Amino acid sequence: MPIHNILTNPGEWLRGDGPHNQIVISSRVRLARNLRGFSFPGWAKKTERLQILETIKARVEELTEMADAHSVYSQDLSALEKQVLVERHLISREHAAKGVGSAVVLNKRQTLSIMINEEDHLRLQALRSGLQLKSVFKMIDKVDTALEERLDFAFHPKLGYLTACPTNVGTGMRASAMLHLPALVMSEQINQVIQAVNKIGLAVRGLYGEGTEALGNLFQVSNQTTLGEKEDEIIARLHKVIEQILEHEQNARANLLQKQATKLLDHIGRGYGILRHAYSMSSKEALNLLSFMKLGIDLGFFNEQCRQPIDELFMETQPAHLQKGTQQKLAAEERDALRADIIRTKLLNFPLPDLRTARDQPTPPAE
Amino acid sequence: MTCDVCKNNQATVFLTQIVEGKMQKVNLCESCSKEKGVSDPTGFALADLLLGLGAAQEIERSGGMQKCPTCGFSQADFKKTGRLGCSNCYETFNDGLGGLLKQMHKGTEHVGKVPQRLLKSLERENQMKELQRNLRKAVANEDYESAAQIRDQIREGEVPN
Ligand SMILES: [Zn+2]
Ligand SMILES: [Zn+2]
Repeated sequence: MPIHNILTNPGEWLRGDGPHNQIVISSRVRLARNLRGFSFPGWAKKTERLQILETIKARVEELTEMADAHSVYSQDLSALEKQVLVERHLISREHAAKGVGSAVVLNKRQTLSIMINEEDHLRLQALRSGLQLKSVFKMIDKVDTALEERLDFAFHPKLGYLTACPTNVGTGMRASAMLHLPALVMSEQINQVIQAVNKIGLAVRGLYGEGTEALGNLFQVSNQTTLGEKEDEIIARLHKVIEQILEHEQNARANLLQKQATKLLDHIGRGYGILRHAYSMSSKEALNLLSFMKLGIDLGFFNEQCRQPIDELFMETQPAHLQKGTQQKLAAEERDALRADIIRTKLLNFPLPDLRTARDQPTPPAE
Repeated sequence: MTCDVCKNNQATVFLTQIVEGKMQKVNLCESCSKEKGVSDPTGFALADLLLGLGAAQEIERSGGMQKCPTCGFSQADFKKTGRLGCSNCYETFNDGLGGLLKQMHKGTEHVGKVPQRLLKSLERENQMKELQRNLRKAVANEDYESAAQIRDQIREGEVPN
């Protein structure tokens, strides 16, 4: 079964080495499109949905970009397999809840994901590591252009692309980047940053966790509006703001090293100690401690070889990835024990953090 | 406090978000918050949800059409889901959506990408309208020579290729 290959291989963005990848984990752009003359998926009857699905799927599979792609009907994926795809950001949680009448088409590198009959008939998504919104947009724009030669999209001269939810009308585009901002959180500057970004019509929110809590110090920055602004203008504005956040995070790191070195070293040292020796760990605790390890690597407290294992653990300790290898569903305590085992094993040959040399390091190199 | 979505269960998840300087609040029960993907790592659902709920209220306030003639979707359905039934619903509920889109977005008119195939057919449509106008003018002016020429052009344009 081809989808198996996808589930066992991490995608490009997880292994990736895009620009500024220490702080910007990934860049993503998605476009919402609908066919003219059909009801939106949430309102269409089953037979209509199936007709839409087969029409679109055939056209998507013709694309050169999708020559090596896997198509999967939603009903052919188990709940766990869907959850793995959600954790990798290849399908949305909403799409994971779909059954007969929906499908997803993924390319081999897992950089392109085309959801059919999610909230809209088509959700085209491109995803790459690091800060490269412009090239990610180009990638998905090309797919969109090729598709619109084959399909009649619902388009209004004044309102643009028509979508099931009025929040997406116009460009139908949502661009976002995932950022790792531990120093802005630790120095309590993150709320200021969030408020400033909100003021200019962009949204920042924690990637995991509810409300104001951001587990693993991971945040997502995205555009909020889709009507009245060109695609490349939205992308450029977002890119600029992310560059500024990046700079703030770098300054905050330098500042912590200079003024609160003990606090910083204590966080990283404790993180290392707990991760290496714990026998039970919740997903929340794992994300937060792994964040400190990642920061420690960025600051040179650990050597570069430690980077990939830590990045992998961010994904491997997520609930569905964790249970992917086990055959049956695990209870919460079993999951926590398994999570701790996986982390301990991976950190077994990790050298002690070299906090002394790091302390001498004046400021992190500006990128 | 009851859930804003199902209007049935006790709300346990309270969300606040600042969108374009406006505070948006929504209260959800456990199951609706899960269903709406509030903790969704793909993360876009929350804004859609918040704005979608506002949209329903706005449309209700504006009165106007009750049901979409194309797909049968009603205002009540929109209020329930925050989503529309088909692309023609944008015409049906135009009165309520207009003000809402203005409040929700940066502008009221799309300035971005246009599907090229559609653009060509729109251009052709406009060209034909222009020719028809010129034809009427020529006939009114009793300029039959021009009228005959324009008629030929229209005939040429109508030939399917
Ligand atoms: Zn509810
Ligand atoms: Zn309709």
